[in-house]
Amino acid sequence: MATKFINITLKIWRQQNSQSKGSLETYTLNKVSTDSSFLEMLDQLNEQLISDQKSPVAFDHDCREGICGMCSLYINGRAHGPATGTTTCQLHMRKFKDGETIYVEPWRSKAFPIVKDLVVDRSAFDRIQQAGGFISINTSGKTMDANAIPVPKQNADKAFEAAACIGCGACVAACKNSSAMLFVGAKVSQYALLPQGKVEAQERALNMVRQMDEEGFGNCTNTGACEVECPKGISIENIARMNREFLLAASKSNK
Amino acid sequence: MSKLDAQIPEGPLAEKWTNHKNQMKLVAPNNRPKIDVIVVGTGLAGASAAASLGEMGYNVKAFCFQDSPRRAHSIAAQGGINAAKNYQNDGDSIYRLFYDTIKGGDYRSREANVYRLAEVSGNIIDQCVAQGVPFAREYGGLLDNRSFGGTQVQRTFYAAGQTGQQLLLGAYSALSRQIGLGRVSMHSRHEMMDLVVIDGKARGIIARNLVSGEIERHSAHAVVIASGGYGNVYFLSTNAMGSNVSAGWKIHKRGAYFANPCFVQIHPTCIPVHGTNQSKLTLMSESLRNSGRIWVPSKKEDAAAIREGQLKPTQIPEEDRDYFLERRYPAFGNLVPRDVASRAAKERCDAGHGIEANDTNEGVYLDFSSEIRSKGKQAAYAKGDHHPSEETILALGKKWIEEKYGNLFAMYEKITDENPYEMPMKIYPAVHYTMGGVWVDYNLQSTIPGCFVSGEANFSDHGANRLGASALMQGLADGYFVLPYTLSNYLAEEIRTGKISTDAPEFEAAEREVKDRIQLFLSINGTRSVDSFHKKLGLIMWNKVGMGRNEAGLKAAIDEIGLLREEFYRDVRVPGEAHEYNPELDKALRVADLLELGQLMAVDALNRNESCGGHFREEYQDKEGETLRNDERFKMVAAWEYRGPDSNKSVLHEEKLDYEFIKIAARNYK
Repeated sequence: MATKFINITLKIWRQQNSQSKGSLETYTLNKVSTDSSFLEMLDQLNEQLISDQKSPVAFDHDCREGICGMCSLYINGRAHGPATGTTTCQLHMRKFKDGETIYVEPWRSKAFPIVKDLVVDRSAFDRIQQAGGFISINTSGKTMDANAIPVPKQNADKAFEAAACIGCGACVAACKNSSAMLFVGAKVSQYALLPQGKVEAQERALNMVRQMDEEGFGNCTNTGACEVECPKGISIENIARMNREFLLAASKSNK
Repeated sequence: MSKLDAQIPEGPLAEKWTNHKNQMKLVAPNNRPKIDVIVVGTGLAGASAAASLGEMGYNVKAFCFQDSPRRAHSIAAQGGINAAKNYQNDGDSIYRLFYDTIKGGDYRSREANVYRLAEVSGNIIDQCVAQGVPFAREYGGLLDNRSFGGTQVQRTFYAAGQTGQQLLLGAYSALSRQIGLGRVSMHSRHEMMDLVVIDGKARGIIARNLVSGEIERHSAHAVVIASGGYGNVYFLSTNAMGSNVSAGWKIHKRGAYFANPCFVQIHPTCIPVHGTNQSKLTLMSESLRNSGRIWVPSKKEDAAAIREGQLKPTQIPEEDRDYFLERRYPAFGNLVPRDVASRAAKERCDAGHGIEANDTNEGVYLDFSSEIRSKGKQAAYAKGDHHPSEETILALGKKWIEEKYGNLFAMYEKITDENPYEMPMKIYPAVHYTMGGVWVDYNLQSTIPGCFVSGEANFSDHGANRLGASALMQGLADGYFVLPYTLSNYLAEEIRTGKISTDAPEFEAAEREVKDRIQLFLSINGTRSVDSFHKKLGLIMWNKVGMGRNEAGLKAAIDEIGLLREEFYRDVRVPGEAHEYNPELDKALRVADLLELGQLMAVDALNRNESCGGHFREEYQDKEGETLRNDERFKMVAAWEYRGPDSNKSVLHEEKLDYEFIKIAARNYK
């Protein structure tokens, strides 16, 4: 893993705010360490822009260890860039070649309006969660002993796999319909797989799907791009499970 | 000194919290909607508090600087959460968890607080399971446990290497439910800029909308600060890029004392530094020390050959490896507390045995080969294969490791481009957690009435060193089970107050100060970026207020930080404007506070003429290099009062720590 340095050209989407028109701007950046992460490369670019008295590029990021879900970016036409199972913050410059031109764009979806440059507003996800992404119990800690209900390991593991979703929105960005079904399916599945969450499983599916539609996300046409681009490998099985809960609920309630 | 009354309830240790709960005042359900509460921060401590208080019926306003409450940095906690459930039948109890935590903290935390923490720990697990947190389970369907440092029982609950994520998403789901019900109003992408104090009581905050730049006034009958720790003062740390001290520092400037700022946890197992453009360090969970053995080559020439790329670690024979933790601490071995493990790694690297080819040669191995073999063999036996081939053993062993730690191994490989199933991991200590924080009493109230502080932002439970898997426990304990009681006790006096107007002159003045400060930064128009100052501060802190500290270094640090701060106000360049999305401005405002805090940390470290936990003063060590406490003089909490940006002027107040129930002793993990 010897460190190398590469020179790159960047084509980055710049947009002053949600109202203005954006465009791709070109930058050259030299002496980028191949051990740097993609975001560290953008830090380096911003350092250069600031010293040239230009405006730095705005991008979302926080934990930089692939778990908070705040980073995003379309890199060379792919959500979170070329590496599979990797968020942008964990993508390293060793994946790029010397002299390469790299295109960097924000998530594109009607439900994720642009805030500035590469930053988008993903609060629609929060609103979906608020519509039903929970188990309706109070926080007294006095419900019952944690080991009172055994959960088959297989179900617990599947629930965990669904719960590993980081809410980054890559599924929406990757989908030609801008569908949020993988995100919603993962949350619905996590709870539906556990006895604690089973009680409200159908109601939850109805409520979350209703909010998802209101937010302007598209429908699922089983392309599977979401699963491919998901940095956490969330399976589209979860969409099937959500559809099942939703259908059961819809047939009962006629909603 | 009257301000430093810790308000510890009377009575035997095990009855204090119960008695206190029985005696605290309540607010009737019909009065709660008349009362406003502000919660700053939405990590475990903040989200759990906001959800619980909303559920009780208070009007809650929650704030976070991230784009969603779910992004708070609790999400990155990996290994687990402790609870005294004794599901493993290995002799655990509330008392043992309490004892381990006090001892782990090197006898610098409050008995009553820590006991309460241990007491409610079991409820946390019950709560989380009820919320649908998918903890790891055994084949019988019950919850699985593992060991963490500084303990000899298995009391750590976990969800692979993503326990923090699962717990935070649990708290976030409870919070989301309250937002959906209209009981909590959520203000994402907002940063608290100041605390508003009226007639001596916390009455609201000034916040900045980070998208529009707008300055907002928010009033409340009480304010909860749950904004996390200040590890980012070192620039390189395992904290998120946005983690900052500003909310805690603003209340400090308004009169809240800041306690034990020098108590910082340097975590032993992080991926070593690779270069100057690096922006953060990544933790490899402590849980890995259940299975990995830490070593360096016994021969310096082997270490040098490894650094030069001429030797591979797998080529070093067993007899030439120094498993230094097992050698020095046979009773706890690789599972000694974090401060002990970190210092031992530093000692070996300082002595020339470091294996990483970076500027400082700082790195040691965390090796899983023994565990892969032993677990592989076990797995083969379990399948009825009593004469497994070498290949089968390795394959099954790696599978076992993958199930337990898969995500951590994948993360390691992404960052370093090396396969840890084949080659031992390279690790080195990095700044991870801050035990110090805003001083609070037993009720989690700061020295400003009505201003409460919870989670990592306060100083209360971990003494001079936090044990692994205890931060998640504390964050949730504070928010779910402590604040709902103690805050109500305070708010019982507020039921007649009525709505607090944001037109009060105190709001006016605070808002003006915030706006002036923003204009100040935008008008300096210097030559250097905010990050360049932050990195420089980080280097001073790491070299002089890091793992080893001494008088000369600390004095130099105090001067250097003072000069750096002056330079910052003279030469920083903050591009853009106030009324737009401007991350450079956000950073400048945060770094300005870190430039004051860093100096106070050095002042505090210089004042504490002893070594304890994570605070290692080189002048105070025994012949074997272990910490030497001075209980006579320093069995106390150092709480600092703000007297301007120059921390040399800060005034020290001491809270004596009494150990009524535990016999204080030298910490021994041998």
